[in-house]
Amino acid sequence: MDTKRTVFPSQGLPYLLVAPQIIITLIFFIWPAGQAVKSSFEREDPFGLATSFVGLSHYVRLFQDPAYLASIGRTAVFALAVTVISMGLALILAVAVNRLIRSATTYSTLLLWPYAVSPVVAGILWWFLFNSSTGILPYMLSFFGVDWNHQLNGTHAMILIIVAASWKQISYNFLFFLAGMQSVPQSLNEAAAIDGAGPFKRFWTIVFPLLSPTTFFLLIVNLNYTMFDTFGVIDATTTGGPNQATNILVYKVYTDGYIGLNLGSSSAQSVILMLFVIALTVIQFRYVERRVQY
Amino acid sequence: MVENRPWLTFFTHAVLVIGVIIVVFPVYVALIASTHGPFAMGSGRMPLLPGDQLWNNVVEVLTETRRGAAPFWLMAWNSLWMAVIITAGKIVISILSAFAIVYFRFPGRVLAFWIIFITLMLPVEVRIIPTFAVVANLGLLNSYLGLTIPLIASATATFLFRQFFMTVPDELMEAARVDGAGPMKFFRDILLPLSRTNIAALCVILFIFGWMQYLWPMLVTTDPNYYTLMMGVKRMAAVQDADPQWNIIMAAVVMAMLPPVLIVIFMQRLFVKGLVETEK
Repeated sequence: MDTKRTVFPSQGLPYLLVAPQIIITLIFFIWPAGQAVKSSFEREDPFGLATSFVGLSHYVRLFQDPAYLASIGRTAVFALAVTVISMGLALILAVAVNRLIRSATTYSTLLLWPYAVSPVVAGILWWFLFNSSTGILPYMLSFFGVDWNHQLNGTHAMILIIVAASWKQISYNFLFFLAGMQSVPQSLNEAAAIDGAGPFKRFWTIVFPLLSPTTFFLLIVNLNYTMFDTFGVIDATTTGGPNQATNILVYKVYTDGYIGLNLGSSSAQSVILMLFVIALTVIQFRYVERRVQY
Repeated sequence: MVENRPWLTFFTHAVLVIGVIIVVFPVYVALIASTHGPFAMGSGRMPLLPGDQLWNNVVEVLTETRRGAAPFWLMAWNSLWMAVIITAGKIVISILSAFAIVYFRFPGRVLAFWIIFITLMLPVEVRIIPTFAVVANLGLLNSYLGLTIPLIASATATFLFRQFFMTVPDELMEAARVDGAGPMKFFRDILLPLSRTNIAALCVILFIFGWMQYLWPMLVTTDPNYYTLMMGVKRMAAVQDADPQWNIIMAAVVMAMLPPVLIVIFMQRLFVKGLVETEK
């Protein structure tokens, strides 16, 4: 944590400067997080008049609850599927754009703008496409003998949210893959070409290994995105249904706490998610530091 | 390009065209739906060519309030305000704290840095209930303050400014001090002008971030006068009618997503710079 070589001499001013940020952080981040931890160890009586300390019982009950364990499994499936699909497609598109010179900007623009589509809107758009009475995709699927119904069929509902969430994330991954590829020195590619390596061999032996920092960074960001930012996608499409089939962890925190008013359990779930984000952040920053040296 | 391979180039274009079609398709269908009358989509098959009802649908979205939502212009106004306040607030508080952390040495500096860093680890989704309770206790439900202030603290913007300030030559600050400029004068006359591009890039990213907010406005607003567009279009789409009026809903959806999309398209360089640099 360095400062400048010389600094301004000042007593009160720096405190004044950091005060707005620190105050907002304390009131709206640290305090609520502390409250979540506190109420995850407590039970409130039905009228909210008295609370009693119950230790780890909320956590124990969560991990014995088949619904919660199932939600962990679904979240893993969802997160992995969205990460793999959106990163895979984005990598293919970035490789393709990176090969072109004149039309690269046009293609980039056409591929980048979905970043500005919010998760809710992405959800509504795909809901409309998959809608069983008017949507175009069920109509096409019916030719392949698929009777699409995401309102009854849990697998279909899961596919719907995976498609919508992946679609929205392609442009983000595309941008970072493209930026990563453009920083690969062209001389390496040329040297390999002179030695007789074809485009595919060059990609797998030169570009792809050099992209690994970007890939790793995107992996973390995408896990974060699927676990938390996809709330809007789910709320606009399946609302966790049918029969809990798409009730991923973050949506469960919301439904149990805000709608079901089960504060203790919801707080315990919040704390578990916080631990997960902290782990992701630590991994990300340790890795970033290593990359700076590299 | 290293060598000329016409077939590979053709294949590249083919891949990209397919990619663009996948990316554009959902929005294309929404656009088409918004140009048709109410009966075009009931039949089970979506038309794929534009109709002639776009204007009527837009007028209907703008003039008629749907069940469960607020008037469209009011929600657009709320979304705009929310995005602008979040953008301005985040930039102001993070540039000030980055300035303090880089250009001063004071007891508690490292602590302040870590408190700011922690915000990265507490996305609003994981602290829904207690944050809601804080805002409710402060009496900020159904207000612009309640909508925006809890989202304003930002570690990423602070880090971006901190990183940028570290690259500003030390000599500038030393020269300013020799000439007798105080810290705030240095900040205003030298640092702020130097940060212009960074601020602009951040504005683009943060405006989009603010415009997209969904969960938080949904929690803190019960008064339709404070509904935002993202909530509004969701509520319109979720109405359990026998037959939702898709043409109107899609017209509203397209209008709601237009501002940030236009920003990305027309300010692409700032957008790319902002995204790549804040996320590092």
